[in-house]
Amino acid sequence: MRVLLSWLREFAPDIGGDPAALSDVLSALGLTVEDMTVTGSLPDGVVLARVLDLRPHPDADRIQLVEADDGSGSTLQVCCGAFNMAVGDLVPLARVGTVMPSGLEIARRKMRGQPSEGMCCSEAELELGGDAEGIMILNDRVADGAAPGLPLAEALGLAPDVLWDLEVGANRPDALSVMGVARDLAAGLGVAFEPPDWSTAASGAHITESAAVEIVDPTLCGRFVGRVLRNAPQGASPPWLAHRLTALGMRPINAVVDISNYVMLELGQPSHTFDLARVAGARIRVRRARDGEAIRTLDGAERTLAAGDGVIADGDDNVIGIAGVMGGASTEIDADTSEVLVEMAWWDPPSISRTAKRLNLSSEAATRFRRGADWGYNVERCMNRFVQLAAELGAEPADGVIDKRGDRPDRGPLRVRIARVNRLLGTGLSTQQMADHLRSIGFGADPAGEAALEVTIPTWRWDTETETDVAEEVARLHGYENIERTVPTGNEAGGLSGYQRDRRLVREVLVGAGCCETQPMPFVAPGALAAVGLPEDGITLSNPVDDRESVLRTSLLPGQLAAVAYNQRHFSGDVRLFEIGHIYLPAPEDGLEPAGGRMSESGPLPDEREFLAVALSGEEAPAAVAVLDLLAEALALPAVELRQASPPGLHPTRSAEVVVAGRGRGTVGEVDHEVLEACGIAGRVAWLQIDLQEVLNGPRTRRRYRPVSKYPPSEVDLAFAVPEEVAAAQVERALRAAAGSLLARIELFDAYRGPGVAEGSRSLAYRLRFQAPDRTLTDADVAEIRQRCIDETSRRTSATLRS
Amino acid sequence: MRSSLARVLEGYEQAAAEAEERLAAAADIGAVADIERDLLGRRSRFTAAKRQLGDLDPGERAEAGRRLNAARQRVETSVAAARTRLTAAARADRHAAERLDLTERLPQAAPLRRGSFHPVTQARDRLEDVFIGMGYTVAEGPEVESAWYNFEALNIPEWHPARGSFDTIFVNLGEPEQVMLRSHTSPVQIRVMENRKPPIYIVAPGRTFRADTADATHLPAFNQIEGLAIDRNITMGDLAGTIDEFVRAFFGTEVKSRLRPSYFPFTEPSAEFDISRPDGSWLELGGCGMVHPNVLRNCGIDPEQWQGFAFGFGIDRLAVMRHEIDDIREFVNNDVRFLSQF
Repeated sequence: MRVLLSWLREFAPDIGGDPAALSDVLSALGLTVEDMTVTGSLPDGVVLARVLDLRPHPDADRIQLVEADDGSGSTLQVCCGAFNMAVGDLVPLARVGTVMPSGLEIARRKMRGQPSEGMCCSEAELELGGDAEGIMILNDRVADGAAPGLPLAEALGLAPDVLWDLEVGANRPDALSVMGVARDLAAGLGVAFEPPDWSTAASGAHITESAAVEIVDPTLCGRFVGRVLRNAPQGASPPWLAHRLTALGMRPINAVVDISNYVMLELGQPSHTFDLARVAGARIRVRRARDGEAIRTLDGAERTLAAGDGVIADGDDNVIGIAGVMGGASTEIDADTSEVLVEMAWWDPPSISRTAKRLNLSSEAATRFRRGADWGYNVERCMNRFVQLAAELGAEPADGVIDKRGDRPDRGPLRVRIARVNRLLGTGLSTQQMADHLRSIGFGADPAGEAALEVTIPTWRWDTETETDVAEEVARLHGYENIERTVPTGNEAGGLSGYQRDRRLVREVLVGAGCCETQPMPFVAPGALAAVGLPEDGITLSNPVDDRESVLRTSLLPGQLAAVAYNQRHFSGDVRLFEIGHIYLPAPEDGLEPAGGRMSESGPLPDEREFLAVALSGEEAPAAVAVLDLLAEALALPAVELRQASPPGLHPTRSAEVVVAGRGRGTVGEVDHEVLEACGIAGRVAWLQIDLQEVLNGPRTRRRYRPVSKYPPSEVDLAFAVPEEVAAAQVERALRAAAGSLLARIELFDAYRGPGVAEGSRSLAYRLRFQAPDRTLTDADVAEIRQRCIDETSRRTSATLRS
Repeated sequence: MRSSLARVLEGYEQAAAEAEERLAAAADIGAVADIERDLLGRRSRFTAAKRQLGDLDPGERAEAGRRLNAARQRVETSVAAARTRLTAAARADRHAAERLDLTERLPQAAPLRRGSFHPVTQARDRLEDVFIGMGYTVAEGPEVESAWYNFEALNIPEWHPARGSFDTIFVNLGEPEQVMLRSHTSPVQIRVMENRKPPIYIVAPGRTFRADTADATHLPAFNQIEGLAIDRNITMGDLAGTIDEFVRAFFGTEVKSRLRPSYFPFTEPSAEFDISRPDGSWLELGGCGMVHPNVLRNCGIDPEQWQGFAFGFGIDRLAVMRHEIDDIREFVNNDVRFLSQF
């Protein structure tokens, strides 16, 4: 909402002082100043001057010499680059010493040998308009008798003014008007606020002879005030009115529309005008629409209405306007209009809000009505103001007023407890102080016993209903910055949950392993899931910002591969990336409570989970397994196993399911080469993805102390020929079982395929370290364990010892 | 003439019949291509036979054309089948050749290059740590929410003008506009209040969504942190003091804060809070206020017994300010040249 200082002063003449200080007061009241501009001020030294003579410059084509009378008594010579003036013209002249709005200081100087004692100015140079082409010619723009030497601002009747652009919250419909802002500002400054009133003598036939209004649905329309104007003004508005509309950001259109807008900006009440002759039966019926009724609105659009929309119908019950949102084209006034019916109404905010939203039709009127216009005296005040402005332009108001009532908000006196307000705000305000604050902005406040106020909420505060709402008004007027700052005295211990601590640990481990954390957006393009070998079953968005971001991911794979491809395209070579982020799995369609999904009032929400993914480009599957091992160790995961599997999108012979404590929790391996080709990735990508939520919330190994042995260990190397279909893990399990509690460490140190090992088998070489807590192992001890390991491994896995 | 065509036709049909065997024996895609060229290419016997069709009587031409086309279709089908077979075989061969036993865990050479934490994660962790020091725990919740959690419980009924200002991204689940990507992390506050008795001191960081076109300062997916304190006697003075303490802890003791009245449906009184800049001007950081009694009631908390404050602001912007990042899209591009700077 924009306001002008001069306009505010018409409601509170004592508003004044430094504009910047006023801005601070407005912001502190919650009318946040987004922008402030000082208008209508001109630099000292710019005066009216008359052109006495024009001569060519002897040595320059593009400059002429102007002889001017600036009222100082002597004639000045000015060099000027413009040629649009004639002898006798009145022009603005900046005297030597003037500092122009651009910061330029006018000096006495010579141009090509000719002295110049000042500057003739264009509109743009004075910031009075956009015209930079020629010098301003003021002959018709100043009052008769204005003499050279008169300061230009005075000659043009310009007064310095301040324009503010304010941000107004949706709870302040009243502050979408000059009057409402003035009321707050006056209260903030402690000066008087007195809205003017307007009335005009009426004449001629009584309105009831020409028009009638019926409120069919009282829940829609709280009040409908109508008047009839004859000889409505035609043509443009007077300049002062157009100037103010322009300053506040509205385009002048014609006198009647401009008056309507002027009253709305000034007093907050939108109005509508009908060409009465075009209203069938000269009768207005206010009702709800029937499904499918149609109307062509003022903007030329054909609109279809739905049951519940508020409408204005005529005597034939045809819709001629959408209540509070936009009028209809059929009754629009034009040059032939003889009688205008002016509507000032109060509409039910939720009704207007629903209609405006459904039709996606926002208007200045709808904005005010959906936030709640004033349902009190202001409706009449605005009608008076409208009629008065129209009458000034020659309209003849018909006698009488139509005033129909529907259901208006019922805001009985509200009991406000002083202690409750102080307890909420942390203040120690007295009953009197609170009452004063509230009265300063038009609330009624009467003491009700020792400890409470009986508060009457003004009719321009539709959003204000409760004790807490009133507390906000008290806080606003008291000043948020005057509330003493304290901190809660509660004695709560802060901290991360175990899950959150572990998640940070996961990040630290991965960063330590050389991975960069990525955060792709969680949406993918249609087909992106299928492109990486996954089912194309992602949940879709109804109104995606971009069609390429219209499906919710069901895996972190598309985002990570996109990141790998992006980095390859940008010559960063191979990268190690990770991500912790949500995936959204479709909930079952039967409407039953999904396993991991959640029910909402409208049906199941997705099964949403936090996943971890690691992508290592240019690396093979074992690299991803090594990362998994790091995590398993850092998180003390129990029994992490790899189960043979060919997960979608992954390399079928280089991938496995990650099993933690017996439950499948993710996948590890390499991305399938066809998927990589589809993503434009060269080389291999090692991949790990786990359901972080399940893993971190699942069981952990308790790290229990084992005494460190003081005795020397013995090491044994064993190499087995193992058929390819036997996993190394099986061999290791057999070795562990055989070695028993004396096994201190086991390590696979070589895997070999080739000559010397039968086709279809490979050699796996293990180093086993044995150690006892209480003695040095003898050769016999070691030999016995060694043999047990060989026997057990051969028996359980069909591996054979290589000699 | 006729007999020559008959010969050509028969020859071609014979060749087509033999092609199946040749294709079945083909060892690679190249061999298939050779056979295809031989039988269907520009200089193939098919082309030659087709050219001769024009010399026939119209009566014979139809019959000969039909036979020729039938033979061609047979060849085409066989070629396609051979291709599919060989592609699948190549794929299977490759997979077989590349088979790895992932449980063969040989020691890996450890990379001695450190990775990096995403700048948004770093900002989020720092914020969490400051609030943890002030006695808060960290709460989280889903990113896809119902209208109840995202709007209604927060005192934003379906007709409320504030709904439009959120630019919500809706999800095709359930009734229209009933399931959405959360537009703030306030739903987490509701979930916590529904599930726990006060006193409650939480911060809720996380991803939020608005239908904003991505540009240098906007992303449709971004991050917020919100705070909530509910206790017996939490005041607006406590809110101002908490904001102040946070600002000093996070930005430095020389930075000041101020509250300005504002409007949010879920708080009353509501405020926006600003922080001071070195040049004396103010920078708007976020919104806050005393939790609206309707919100407490919606969560089963008696507003006569309990009261409190909530606040919220963007995380991404803090990372942008800290590192002087000029294009927020870098946060989701995942370019290692960007990521490894932090």
